Amino acid sequence: MRFAFSQDQLALAEGVGAVLDDRCPPSVVRSVWNGEQEPAQQLWLRLADIGLLGALVPEADGGLGLTELDIVLCLEESGRAAVPVPLVETAVVAARLLAGSPQAERLPAVVDGELRVSVALDGSGLLPWSGFWNWALVGDGKAVYLVPAPECPVEPVSAVDRARPMAELVGMPVEAWPSADRYLLSDDPRRIALARQSGTLATAAQLIGLAERMLSMTVHYVKQRQQFGVPIGSFQALKHALANALLAVEMARPLVHAAAWAHVQDTTSAGRDVAAAKIRAGEAAGRVARTALQCHGGMGYTQESDLHLWLKRTWALQASWGQPGELRADIARALGIQSLGSGGRND
Amino acid sequence: MDLTYSAREEQFRQEARTWLQVNVPAQPLPSGDTRSGFAEHLHWERHLFQAGWSVVSWPREYGGRDADLWQWLIFEEEYYRAGAPQRVTQNGIFLLAPTLFQFGTEEQRDRILPRMAAADDLWCQAWSEPGAGSDLAGLISRATRDDAAGGWLLNGQKTWSTRGAFCTHAFGLFRSAAPADSERQRHRGLTYFMVPLDAPGVTVRGFSRLDGDEGFADLFFSDVFVPDRDVLGAVHDGWRVAMATTGSERGLTLRSPGRFRASFERLCDLARSRPGGVTERLADRLVSSWLDVEAYARYTEQTVTRIVDGVELGAQSSLNKLHWSELDISLHELALELLGPQAVLDGPWTKGYQFSLSGPIYAGTNEIQRDIAAERLLGLPRSR
Repeated sequence: MRFAFSQDQLALAEGVGAVLDDRCPPSVVRSVWNGEQEPAQQLWLRLADIGLLGALVPEADGGLGLTELDIVLCLEESGRAAVPVPLVETAVVAARLLAGSPQAERLPAVVDGELRVSVALDGSGLLPWSGFWNWALVGDGKAVYLVPAPECPVEPVSAVDRARPMAELVGMPVEAWPSADRYLLSDDPRRIALARQSGTLATAAQLIGLAERMLSMTVHYVKQRQQFGVPIGSFQALKHALANALLAVEMARPLVHAAAWAHVQDTTSAGRDVAAAKIRAGEAAGRVARTALQCHGGMGYTQESDLHLWLKRTWALQASWGQPGELRADIARALGIQSLGSGGRND
Repeated sequence: MDLTYSAREEQFRQEARTWLQVNVPAQPLPSGDTRSGFAEHLHWERHLFQAGWSVVSWPREYGGRDADLWQWLIFEEEYYRAGAPQRVTQNGIFLLAPTLFQFGTEEQRDRILPRMAAADDLWCQAWSEPGAGSDLAGLISRATRDDAAGGWLLNGQKTWSTRGAFCTHAFGLFRSAAPADSERQRHRGLTYFMVPLDAPGVTVRGFSRLDGDEGFADLFFSDVFVPDRDVLGAVHDGWRVAMATTGSERGLTLRSPGRFRASFERLCDLARSRPGGVTERLADRLVSSWLDVEAYARYTEQTVTRIVDGVELGAQSSLNKLHWSELDISLHELALELLGPQAVLDGPWTKGYQFSLSGPIYAGTNEIQRDIAAERLLGLPRSR
């Protein structure tokens, strides 16, 4: 038993964190919020340069051949920076589904950043990252397709997190499209489930990063904000609220790391563990978001504060890649708890 | 990262499991926090000791098995899984012993530890006083130097001493030098003593806890002589020595994840036996409980890895304590709901619920723990 990351894994995350500090300050997130994509494009190319986009792509296809466990800390860093680009969708989910697929020749395009993928696999038909993606990974539950943007009929919709702008697919189901066969990626239920599991895990990691960033922003704020002649961070009510927020993050993070390990090992409990990670990371980020806003008071209740960018990304990711309700039902099934329900007993 | 146990560790688990299967009493013992129940638990403790399972993490020379932290976690998991009796000796073996290993002299270790492991000497705490609970450094029980006799005279009152009415010895802090004027200096001038409760001048008065058991005691000291050899650590340095113990108490040693895993399994058994099954809402609360237990188990595995790597736990142990104390209550609250009308009756869950409510109070209240987490982990300003 050893629950710790290797030096290589830690060093990789540190390197990614430094790049994001440099290339993804709040102003970059805000520029996407304001409808300007150029800084995001620059960030994307930089992420390609450092190899992150191709991290999961096999070495034979020009990638690094790493695993989700190797990059889970990098994904936390990407959450900390609230990256306004489809990192999870492209570098994790598309990379996993492309390998060994009829479209595997597109893997080098993942590595060099040419492929920018949006994903709608949850039945909502909602595609994130409008204005940025050039391919869409869409599915109807039985099969998934990677479709070029010009052949993907969408309409813009207004998103809560405008730094992750949304569009809605029109004209599903996909297999009805005349060109669908050309774009088939997989119709293997297990491969599709594993790719979705990767996306859920990666999103859980981003939620941890978002939570950490909101917590550190808030700690910084309450130390310097003075009321009644003292820093408000000296008031026990705020200290305890922040201690509870910290506790939520500290207790959620090991679940995410353990889930990454289980996912990569493909253990029998991996699905359950990834569900647990997403639930608790989402809850922790939600708790931190509320506490952060409350501690910022009126100063935080405005779009002029950077905090709002992190709040809205938190809400967006809580609702994406697995809803708490369905994930909790998955866990109940895995534990055999749902069969205790009165419905089951009466049979 | 490798979240599996090695073959050697699994073999250790098998050995523990086999022994426990054969030896754990089929009928649960009466509460060890009553006089008669305590006596029955002592039989069990001595049985554990004779088989070498009473202090698995201690060195062999003192009656242990040299188990590392991972093996200790495995043992705890098996112990609670088997439904084995509560450890009435725990305050000695989990609180005093780690302090002796860290600060004791060889003479003290040789004299005290083997008798503790064998449950010949039974140790209770003498920390809190009626006027010094959360504010432990405000304690006023005195230790007065007696040079001629080569020791100290203790005077004062200690309280909330768990199982103090049934124990033979106590360990705790006494003020050996006047507190300095400065607020930051008041932790100095305290000394850590170990004292037999049959020493002349000691009076013990048991009193009931919330659940009615005589689990608490007041300890009154009136010119009780303690020789120098029973001072643990340096004179006037008791605060530092004691903090090592309280760190141990609210950290890993008292609350292994195995306890909560076992509680969760029993909760599922309770749900299965419930007439009419459980509602969707109760099933969902079971999922929440499982998430809490799983989170704590993973957090503990991460923490143990850090300790094995030589990282000091420090203020992080406050987070540990916050989580398990709240977890213990929520598991019992769910049990009460599953019990339905039966929850008006005395039983293991209703009694356990009352005990769980002490979790956020003892070993430093959760309010103190949140202060520690906010100040030392988040770096917020001190406000006391």
